[in-house]
Amino acid sequence: MPPELTPTRLHVVTGKGGTGKTTVAAALALALAADGRSVLLVETEGRQGIAQLFDTPPLPYEERRVAVARGGGEVKALAIDVEEALLDYLDMFYNLRRAGRALRKMGAIDFATAIAPGLRDVLITGKIKEAVTRRRDGRPVYDAVVVDAPPTGRITRFLGVTGEMSQLARSGPIKTQSDGVMAVLRSPQTAVHLVTLLEDMPVQETADAIAELQAAGLPIGSVVVNMAAEPVLPPDALSRAVAGELTGADLAPALGAAHLPGAGQLADALVAEVVEHARRWAAQDALRAQVEALGRPTVEVPLMPGPMDLGCLFELAGRLEEHLAAAVAR
Amino acid sequence: MAADTATTGTPAGARAPRQAPAMDLAELIADRQTRIVVCCGAGGVGKTTTSAALALAAAEAGRTVVVLTIDPARRLAQSLGLTELDNEPRKVDISGGAATGAPGELHAMMLDMKRTFDDVVTAHSTPERAQQILDNPFYQALSSSFAGTQEYMAMEKLGQLRASDQWDLIIVDTPPSRSALDFLDAPNRMGRFLDGTMIRLLMAPSRTGFKFASAGFLFFSRIISKILGGQLLRDISAFVAALDTMFGGFRERATATFELLRRPGTWFVVVAAPEPDALREASYFVDRLSAEGMPLAGLVVNRTHPPATTALSATRAEGAAEEVAESGDDGAALAAAALRVHAERMQQATREQHLADRFTSAHPDVALRTVPATAGDVHDLEGLRMMAAALTGPDHDTPTGTPRTRVLPARRG
Repeated sequence: MPPELTPTRLHVVTGKGGTGKTTVAAALALALAADGRSVLLVETEGRQGIAQLFDTPPLPYEERRVAVARGGGEVKALAIDVEEALLDYLDMFYNLRRAGRALRKMGAIDFATAIAPGLRDVLITGKIKEAVTRRRDGRPVYDAVVVDAPPTGRITRFLGVTGEMSQLARSGPIKTQSDGVMAVLRSPQTAVHLVTLLEDMPVQETADAIAELQAAGLPIGSVVVNMAAEPVLPPDALSRAVAGELTGADLAPALGAAHLPGAGQLADALVAEVVEHARRWAAQDALRAQVEALGRPTVEVPLMPGPMDLGCLFELAGRLEEHLAAAVAR
Repeated sequence: MAADTATTGTPAGARAPRQAPAMDLAELIADRQTRIVVCCGAGGVGKTTTSAALALAAAEAGRTVVVLTIDPARRLAQSLGLTELDNEPRKVDISGGAATGAPGELHAMMLDMKRTFDDVVTAHSTPERAQQILDNPFYQALSSSFAGTQEYMAMEKLGQLRASDQWDLIIVDTPPSRSALDFLDAPNRMGRFLDGTMIRLLMAPSRTGFKFASAGFLFFSRIISKILGGQLLRDISAFVAALDTMFGGFRERATATFELLRRPGTWFVVVAAPEPDALREASYFVDRLSAEGMPLAGLVVNRTHPPATTALSATRAEGAAEEVAESGDDGAALAAAALRVHAERMQQATREQHLADRFTSAHPDVALRTVPATAGDVHDLEGLRMMAAALTGPDHDTPTGTPRTRVLPARRG
């Protein structure tokens, strides 16, 4: 088997809402599964976004194969259901599965997860830790676990459940459980990756999240710049358009030569679109410096035209694979 | 449905989608009967900016407006004069606009949920009792990190602003929750939970609910304390006991504010980006509003990409780009690139229009307004004014003549 792409085994993917973290998490899982590896992709927010991406029926609370990667690798996916996770937990620690089902009927499980806000997160991160540390025949069942985690605004709280819960539940099994989870999350085998767009708010939130994660002692991985647009214009035209120096007269002759009707009017309209395209690109480009200043390994993945499908995911996975290889080589 | 001879490159046999009614936000905010506008939708679609732009437009139309924002971008907050989160409305200097007639006033505030919760406790309790609650570890967790607290406190603040009668229009941004429905559900869920019989039974099964305290229930209570730890239960117990004497119950309070949303004068504006997820979320929300009998003003499809001309289709633009590039004339490279920019733009606009059409076929009565994306973020009053114009301008007043209800012109049969 080729050398490991990265020593990291738990990849947590977060990002501001709308930055495409589910897509990036899925592509990362595919990248890590290449060359015959086995990867688990975990959904934490109950949206069934993974099932939609891989075009499969909604995922049950069960590890299901959703994709096959190069060299016999595979990606399994799991959508964590908090109630089921609690039943698992009751079963594991108290041998109470049947009683748990009765409790569910009484609405008690709902109640328990509502009464202790961190309980959900403890159960989810507990399940993740279990998958990371699960072993069969002396070796880990999964080479890597990728988590489609809650958005940047909630990520530190989600991962930092210990602080929260130890304040609330100062004793009891929840406390013990969250301490164990924390040990894995803070270890070097974990990396929290942040997905951003080249827009003010997402970049700002990424910076905030990095500061928070650092303060909480959680290991930070790469910054993934998603949906980066490529400029269509030649560089000199780009800067002229940004400066507003382009006019319809620059385009009209060539358009007229191509026998386009109403070349004059058309040229003005095209200039308006070109200027907008150039300014949008310039606004994005200006943010690249800010992303770089975050001081994390950074990878850009392009905006995919059209709807996202498995082919697109593999293309994104290719970009991420190169990045991971380069990051390890450094 | 009438057969439509498609002329813009849609597959043969595609039926013409129904046309969405136009949304008249200018009239809505100018109407003195309108007292509350709630902007809701999935996270990341521009709810906060939409709320602020609408509030600015209303103030410039002469209303005395307060906009309650939940989590504004830093620069937008600064432009509204919200440099600190002090949980009180601040007047925004809106001079410099082209307002005609008597300008109104714009006030803006940022919600501080913990502070709002603390204020509720302090206002309805004796100082000692209040301190007891504020010091309770369960209360501290509840007021700062409980799922739903932000929604609940947004409702609470809305109720307070409405009760003060200082503003004749309140515009509310909703919290960035996973689901837009949380804004409607969370307060009730939380009210029910805090007043719930479950919590009472759990605290004192022997006293309040002896009749129900079957063997099953005692078992339940044992499990709960096993999972959560006895300490937490004691904290909750103390909290509920302190709360009991405070006021007529959280549930009534949540219900009262919820009813406010059903009163005449309240309107919901659903905001979505032209993307499948955001529109799906908008769809759920619209269905829910209709089920609750809550008035929907319409859907804002934010950040669309209408082309500057619709005379040239994507296919023709691509073809022309090749032809121009091959000619190798002066400026050919530039013109070819411009044509490719246009082709991409047309494709994007077509996708967006298609998504909007799908929404309209499922919700034919929902009025719609598209708001074009700007090149950068909206983070100053000037930007807000431009967005306000896009939100409230006349439906047909666009450079290309495409109504603001649409991204691309409707196909003509």
